[in-house]
Amino acid sequence: MQDIKAQVRQFIADNFIMGADGVALGDDDSFLEHQVLDSTGFLELISHLEESYGIKVLDDEMVPENLDSLSSVANYVARKQLA
Amino acid sequence: MTADTIPRPDVLQMDWTAEADRIARWIVGTLAKRLHRRGLVVAISGGIDSSLCAALAVRAIGPKKVFGLLMPERDSSSSSTQRGLQLAQHLGIAHEVFDIAPALAAMGCYQQRDDAMRRVFPEYGPAWKSKIVIAGGLTGGINHFKLVVAAPDGTQREARLPAREYLQIVAATNFKQRVRKTMDYFHADRLNYAVVGTPNRLEYDQGFFVKVGDGAADLKPIAHLYKTQVYAIARALGLPEAICTATPTTDTYSLAQGQDEFYFALPYAQMDLALWAMNHGVPAELLGAALGMDRAAAERVYADIGAKRRAAQYLHAPAETIEPLVPTSPA
Repeated sequence: MQDIKAQVRQFIADNFIMGADGVALGDDDSFLEHQVLDSTGFLELISHLEESYGIKVLDDEMVPENLDSLSSVANYVARKQLA
Repeated sequence: MTADTIPRPDVLQMDWTAEADRIARWIVGTLAKRLHRRGLVVAISGGIDSSLCAALAVRAIGPKKVFGLLMPERDSSSSSTQRGLQLAQHLGIAHEVFDIAPALAAMGCYQQRDDAMRRVFPEYGPAWKSKIVIAGGLTGGINHFKLVVAAPDGTQREARLPAREYLQIVAATNFKQRVRKTMDYFHADRLNYAVVGTPNRLEYDQGFFVKVGDGAADLKPIAHLYKTQVYAIARALGLPEAICTATPTTDTYSLAQGQDEFYFALPYAQMDLALWAMNHGVPAELLGAALGMDRAAAERVYADIGAKRRAAQYLHAPAETIEPLVPTSPA
């Protein structure tokens, strides 16, 4: 799970933060509240998760509890891989 | 009306004729003192917003200085064009019908859109119809879009759009609003007129427009009006009944598509009240009481309005510069 979190952190850093000054993201920080991801950003994150981890994100799983922080994404992907 | 009582639709009431006159005076002043143009171009879709804008333009400066443009394309409803023509005749303005479909086809609008749709539904073909609908926000989820397609036999299927396909479909359909704006400005430049933007308050606030498309204009005379108010003023000004009773649609996709299923969380009358309540600091439970929903649902409505408002910031923003370069108002 630590691997997933690190990989997602790298994806977010590469594609959304892009090295901008003063943007630091804690494990439990909300992507929405920190305005790191908007709804299109979440779609991009979901496509990345589906392609990278071989999972299918169902419509009713597209909720902040599963996707709105590094920790919640890592937990969610780990659960999906076990399912 | 205060923030601690249940908001009722009458909070949107005003003296409709007086408001039309106020807007008309503002149009004249803006045109003469700020824009320094001789008249107004209004793109007329056949819907209520552009119809009211055209009527207000005529009220402000008379029919001889207003030019109406009707720009249908392949997915436009023929009834929209008929209503637009009815309006132009009712107002007595010069107007032109210009079919933008050949330009859109040449630019790849339909091809790019259909290519993306076929990546989701490989069997999608020329005789099929389609639309995209919004989902997620009102159920506490993350907003996303579904592609709905109808086969020639009428059977419908839907699937969530992945990011790449969603972006390509939106980018392709945005050609429509941008080509129309190009034509608006051709006529505005030719006539030395200014271009009227037609968003109502819901559209302006929530970002329901295309940047450098229908979002581009020289003046936006009804951007402060809730949709309910737009209808009421249109009726007060005596616009044709067919226009005052038409259901708001996007008129952008080949399947019938209401504005609320494409973008807004709620039908417009409820959206008006929700946006008004948010703007006036009304607690979610009181909004819920007004809309017949519980507090949690009303909080989701507020959250959805906030999310769309944030997304709209990019749409409203002018190009960034490293430092202020040109004063935006006289010193």
